[in-house]
Amino acid sequence: MFYRECGNYKDNYASDMAIFPIPLDRWGFIVMLFVAFVIIPLFAGEYLISNIIIPFYCFALSAFGLNILAGYAGQISIGHAAFMAVGSYTSFILYGRYGIPLIPSILIAGLITAVVGTFFGLPSLRIKGFYLAIATLASQFIIEWVIVHWKWLSGGVFGTIEAPDMFIFGWLIDTAVKKYFLTLCILCLLMTIGKNLVRGQLGRNWMAIRDVDYAAEIIGVNLHRDKLIAFAVSTFYAGVAGSLITFCYIGSANIEEFNVLTSFALVGMIIIGGLGTILGSFLGAGFFVMMPIAINQFLGSFMEVVPADILANIEAIIFGGLIVFFLIVEPYGMARLWHTIKDKLRLWPFPY
Amino acid sequence: MAFFFEVLITGLMVGIMYTLVGLGFALIFKASGVFNMAQGAMSLFAALALVGFLQQYLHLPLWLALLCTVGVMTIVAYAVVFIVLKPLVARPPLMLFMATFGVMYLLEGIGQSIWGTQAKGLELGIPEKSFEVAGILMNTFDLFFAGVATVLVIGLVWFFQKTRTGRALRAVSDDHEAALSVGIPLLQAWLVTWIIAGVVATVAGVAWGSRLGVQFSLSYIAYKALPVLIIGGIDSIPGVIIAGLIVGAGENLGEVFLGPYVGGGIQTFFPYLLALIVLYFKPYGLFGKEIIERV
Repeated sequence: MFYRECGNYKDNYASDMAIFPIPLDRWGFIVMLFVAFVIIPLFAGEYLISNIIIPFYCFALSAFGLNILAGYAGQISIGHAAFMAVGSYTSFILYGRYGIPLIPSILIAGLITAVVGTFFGLPSLRIKGFYLAIATLASQFIIEWVIVHWKWLSGGVFGTIEAPDMFIFGWLIDTAVKKYFLTLCILCLLMTIGKNLVRGQLGRNWMAIRDVDYAAEIIGVNLHRDKLIAFAVSTFYAGVAGSLITFCYIGSANIEEFNVLTSFALVGMIIIGGLGTILGSFLGAGFFVMMPIAINQFLGSFMEVVPADILANIEAIIFGGLIVFFLIVEPYGMARLWHTIKDKLRLWPFPY
Repeated sequence: MAFFFEVLITGLMVGIMYTLVGLGFALIFKASGVFNMAQGAMSLFAALALVGFLQQYLHLPLWLALLCTVGVMTIVAYAVVFIVLKPLVARPPLMLFMATFGVMYLLEGIGQSIWGTQAKGLELGIPEKSFEVAGILMNTFDLFFAGVATVLVIGLVWFFQKTRTGRALRAVSDDHEAALSVGIPLLQAWLVTWIIAGVVATVAGVAWGSRLGVQFSLSYIAYKALPVLIIGGIDSIPGVIIAGLIVGAGENLGEVFLGPYVGGGIQTFFPYLLALIVLYFKPYGLFGKEIIERV
């Protein structure tokens, strides 16, 4: 009753191709944009913005990148955090040492990450499934080693570079709100492109490859090209997300932020959120970012100081338990819950 | 030249330890067709339990503590098979693979909640003496675990090739549904596999734990055993053994002779580099069976 697909007549090609063909979705999206662009910067506190919402956006971007690869194209990658590291170091070097403007350096860093990602995607031409997963794990360890050992690249001790001040057209980006807008704008831009990619020809090719790759090849999908494009696009997103995390959230490029555990966490995010959905990338990332804070708050009501190791252990247990729970109960992740709600709303208050 | 052989033999010893971890992966891959990402966490869990029985809570003698640890791993196997895997029968392999991620997080979290996160030493009372054979320095400690690993490997090969249960497990690994249809209980088979994998994980955890100390990074050794598996070909136990030796020897030789030129630390990624090269030329590993698919 509240969510209706009917009565929605498409009388030109533009409305037939619209991203949100259903008015309610469109309005919901506009409301969300309004919240993101107006309400949050106006009312949210410094802590909320810089410690929760900015990492949430960055991880959502990165999870979406992984979702393109794993959820849409069906190529599992368990070394995705390494590509975020590539993006973050590249953008730092471009911006800090060569003085390339901020936004171009973030985007160029994404492109360079895409090149690296395509290189590590080459094994996908010959292998698939679990063998490929291990090959991507190789990228994690090799990239980590290169960053730590290549002094020119990582500069300081243990591969850490401090962030320089950020300027866009001579305008200093220093407060949380300014960083928030930078992240949000890039997020919106890339998500719009991403949404259109996955619902277009390329996205359909990817889904065909995911479902049955040899059948896809027979109906004329260029398997090699599209797999490599999936790697390139996916790692582009990872690279941009990585550079945003370092510029806007942490403030220094540090390899420890992008170790194998982050890679696993990204996989966990897209499972919990929902494989092959855009909404799922956001839900999974949001869950991953909020969970430690929620647990901390919850335990904080019982004890004065929550020890870091207990926090980490409980996090691991809940994260693992939820991965198992979602795989068993709802293999399509949290995003599926939204569909269930929609189905219910369509009929409510009548049962059928 | 003696130095070269010394490095080579040390590498081979390490290689046997990789084989040990790799075997755990191979076992579960053979039985359920997925990588068990929790293998390293299982080793960590077993080592933590052993330290707990030995030094923290009960102060049991070593043999009893080992027995109790195997008991704990059996409980873990039961829990994994009946709580996690049972609802996932007949789902795509990718789901099972992801589920092992969940098990990994659970085991790490639970294990460290019970036995604490700080690094612990594991003292087994094996003398660590070095002696010389034909000018090559060797270590009793390494030799001991090499011996244990060899016995374990031979035992497993015998089990899989000769016993009735072993044959049933091989049938399950070939085709779940076909095995079910000829009356092999799938869950029982999985249970046996997970228990064996738990025992292997215990041995690996003890071996690595007494070497490096029992701490979180123990679960990382599994990631070094994965390339061993790839190089050997997942479904071949002899392949895993040979690949383990190749990787162990290769990384040690590489570290000693190439390391100084590139800044050291080759060991962290060398196995993967090797695996990538092997994958490029032989996508199913050196000894793996090629999979042919039809529409």
